[in-house]
Amino acid sequence: MTTELITATAAELAARLAAREISSVEVTQAHLDRTAAVDGAVHSYLHVDAEGALASARAVDRRRAAGESMPTLAGVPIAVKDVMTTAGLPTTCGSRILQGWIPPYDSTVVARLKAAGLPILGKTNMDEFAMGSSTEHSAYGPSRNPWDLDRIPGGSGGGSSSVLASFQAPLATGTDTGGSIRQPAAVTGTVGTKPTYGGVSRYGLVALASSLDQAGPCARTVLDTALLHEVMAGHDPMDSTSIDAPVPAVVEAARRADVAGMRIGIVRELTGEGFQAGVQQRFDEAVRHLVDAGAQVVEVSCPSFVYALAAYYLILPSEASSNLAKFDAMRYGLRVLPAGDDDPSAEQVMAATREAGFGDEVKRRIILGTYALSSGYYDAYYGSAQKVRRLISDDFAAAFASADVLVSPTAPTTAFKLGDKLDDPMAMYLNDIATIPANLAGVPGMSVPSGLAPEDGLPVGLQILAPAMQDQRLYAVGAALEARLQAAWGAPLLASAPDLTAATAKGA
Amino acid sequence: MTQATTEATVPYEEALAAYDPVLGLEVHVELNTATKMFCGCATTFGAQPNSQVCPVCLGLPGALPVVNEKGVESAIRIGLALNCEIAPWCRFARKNYFYPDMPKNFQTSQYDEPIAFDGHLDVELDDGTTYRVLIERAHMEEDTGKSTHVGGATGRIHGATHSLVDYNRAGIPLIEIVTKPMVGAGERAPEIARAYVATLRDLLAALGVSDVRMEQGSMRCDVNLSLMPTGADRFGTRSETKNVNSLRSVERAVRFEIQRHAAILASGGSVTQETRHWHEDTGITTSGREKSDAEDYRYFPEPDLVPIAPAADWVERLRESLPEPPAARRRRLQGEWGYADLEMRDVVNAGLLDLIEETVAAGASPAGARKWWSGEIARRANADGRDVPAYAAAPRRDPRPCGGVGVVGHQRPTQ
Repeated sequence: MTTELITATAAELAARLAAREISSVEVTQAHLDRTAAVDGAVHSYLHVDAEGALASARAVDRRRAAGESMPTLAGVPIAVKDVMTTAGLPTTCGSRILQGWIPPYDSTVVARLKAAGLPILGKTNMDEFAMGSSTEHSAYGPSRNPWDLDRIPGGSGGGSSSVLASFQAPLATGTDTGGSIRQPAAVTGTVGTKPTYGGVSRYGLVALASSLDQAGPCARTVLDTALLHEVMAGHDPMDSTSIDAPVPAVVEAARRADVAGMRIGIVRELTGEGFQAGVQQRFDEAVRHLVDAGAQVVEVSCPSFVYALAAYYLILPSEASSNLAKFDAMRYGLRVLPAGDDDPSAEQVMAATREAGFGDEVKRRIILGTYALSSGYYDAYYGSAQKVRRLISDDFAAAFASADVLVSPTAPTTAFKLGDKLDDPMAMYLNDIATIPANLAGVPGMSVPSGLAPEDGLPVGLQILAPAMQDQRLYAVGAALEARLQAAWGAPLLASAPDLTAATAKGA
Repeated sequence: MTQATTEATVPYEEALAAYDPVLGLEVHVELNTATKMFCGCATTFGAQPNSQVCPVCLGLPGALPVVNEKGVESAIRIGLALNCEIAPWCRFARKNYFYPDMPKNFQTSQYDEPIAFDGHLDVELDDGTTYRVLIERAHMEEDTGKSTHVGGATGRIHGATHSLVDYNRAGIPLIEIVTKPMVGAGERAPEIARAYVATLRDLLAALGVSDVRMEQGSMRCDVNLSLMPTGADRFGTRSETKNVNSLRSVERAVRFEIQRHAAILASGGSVTQETRHWHEDTGITTSGREKSDAEDYRYFPEPDLVPIAPAADWVERLRESLPEPPAARRRRLQGEWGYADLEMRDVVNAGLLDLIEETVAAGASPAGARKWWSGEIARRANADGRDVPAYAAAPRRDPRPCGGVGVVGHQRPTQ
């Protein structure tokens, strides 16, 4: 019974909750039990809120028992990335500098989850302030990939990807600035969507790079991802960059899974060289499946994509250097007094706190960004990067003139080993080569499992990109591919993941 | 060291004989919007410290700004009243620097895309001549919190044991109005500075966009001043005297800085580019921090806000709804009432225009109204240590009929 509750999809749980075959308390408790059993090994969570989750579950059960009509996902528990503020629950962004901070307010996304009746199980681990592709930059230690505990679960949202792949939660939230939803999904065999920029409110999402950040849904199936997308998305007057338009019909698209006549564009610059053989092989097979399902394939070229990484690593640090300036020990979070000074100035306290509270990667990017924005360098760095950004948008516009969606492998490789790229920032950055262009242009993207690489038996993800405000196309393609692949495999991909309870018992 | 040494000056006439002053004024005006520039917090002056704050104006992680439309409207109206061009498209920018009373450690401001630019304001001097002040720009920004340094002798941070920060002011909308350098003012520079600020204050009051109370800080003036040898055309190094907060102080600060700069230049020295503090009590300025080229605010467009693109028809509607400019109104009223120049100036200086206009509208003769308000009532107000508008306004707000001063506002003036 318990195993069944944790391996079920959110859609199945929602249906059974609505039919009152199971209670939200049972479902929530089953996931909390799973966390108690496996999270010592996986370390998906920075904070588990068993009491709060069960209280929410009880409230949903009570309302349902009283005959109230409830939102679709009411009672289905969820894990929240620690970058989103939660009133009364710690929010650290994986950083020491926010250790112990309890926000006084809910982010809009969290407020919507609560309004939709989703019990919040806890806050998931991440690279510090979402800077990284492995969770190794979390100040609280890395999360591990449930497929191989010696490997990274992706990042920055490795807590949310591993929480799903280890069946500790059926749903999770993520944020994606350069691939932090999609790359973790790819390397753990889960699904994740970065919606159109402005599709989901950023209010209460602790900013990394304001013009690139986008919150989105994470789950194990395309339909579950769509169901969560609908809860999270929609206009928010508290976010000036929020789009005031109806949410694309993502759930309907996921249910129809129809790609007949759709033009699928293969981006020449995002395949071939630099991509692991097994990653490329699963990508090619996935494209054939889509053709079998009635789609047409076209090849497109996006020549400016080769500059995307360079532009991204100017724009992101520039915005981050300014966004992170508020962490100054004056009003909240960590405060460190400089050693050997009885009467330090405010500036000295700020400096000592930032020295102790920020990790190396954060400092590296603050320094980069401060430099890039400096007088005399602005035009050459930040200014040029913005021009590249425009060229990338133009490339997308041209590509979408001949294709309805674009596809590529989500990440160039399968999950690498913990520690492998920690001392080589450039190698780490290259992991996001295929995901970054979508953030620069603001278009939506999804990663959906496309199988296991034959050489290492690890998950591979297929990335789907669509024009802005056409998020539903991602779901149509993702669901069509998922249906055909699962039919071929005979089971969901995660059914072949190792048994963590055995691994944990062995390790203990 | 808490007190800077007094610096040398030369007599004013001597300074003017050798040098031409170049004057620039930056005026910050707090708008009187009901809520702050980027959040819904109240803006009431004098509230309990940190009682008008929220995640946005406290700069809490995750909070985002949303522009106050009324603030933009006020900025456009100010720009129009200053004969400025209104930008069809402009953005906010982040001005990055660290200070404890600035919650985000950047100020949301405007940089190279101000909402209003290239205007002018005609300023009437006491002798009736008009000086045209060219306006460089008027841009929108937010105020910082307010630091109070406790335990020191001077109220400044040096020598203080601790500081208190009140964030009620953080995020209150400000308009910064910057003049182009004023050249050719000569010995009248102090008078022109004062008249400009006074004219601007009257204009903003007429627009109803600000309380323009210099003593409460809702209007603050920074004085930029440099000297160049008489007849030269290359500007000298300037000083920036911050927070000169009364009309009289503006005049005195300009005068003092002319005398101080001249003393330095006459002795062969060079002026340091720096910000300076104005001391109301002693009438001098002292050195603040050095403002060198090293100061780099790393401006970039604020990515959390969308560009502002005021519709042309909206701007036109705002232009049509501008009130009569104060100078034009004075000329009109003087013509209608038949006052002599001297009578008119006394009436204006005593702030009696509105009262007399109402009184005349209520049926009194212009001459009678003037005598009533500037004679008997002025004497009684003066004896009470108040100016007439405050004296007259007080009982009007009081709904209860009462004796004594209470009758002042209600009584019809004698014919």
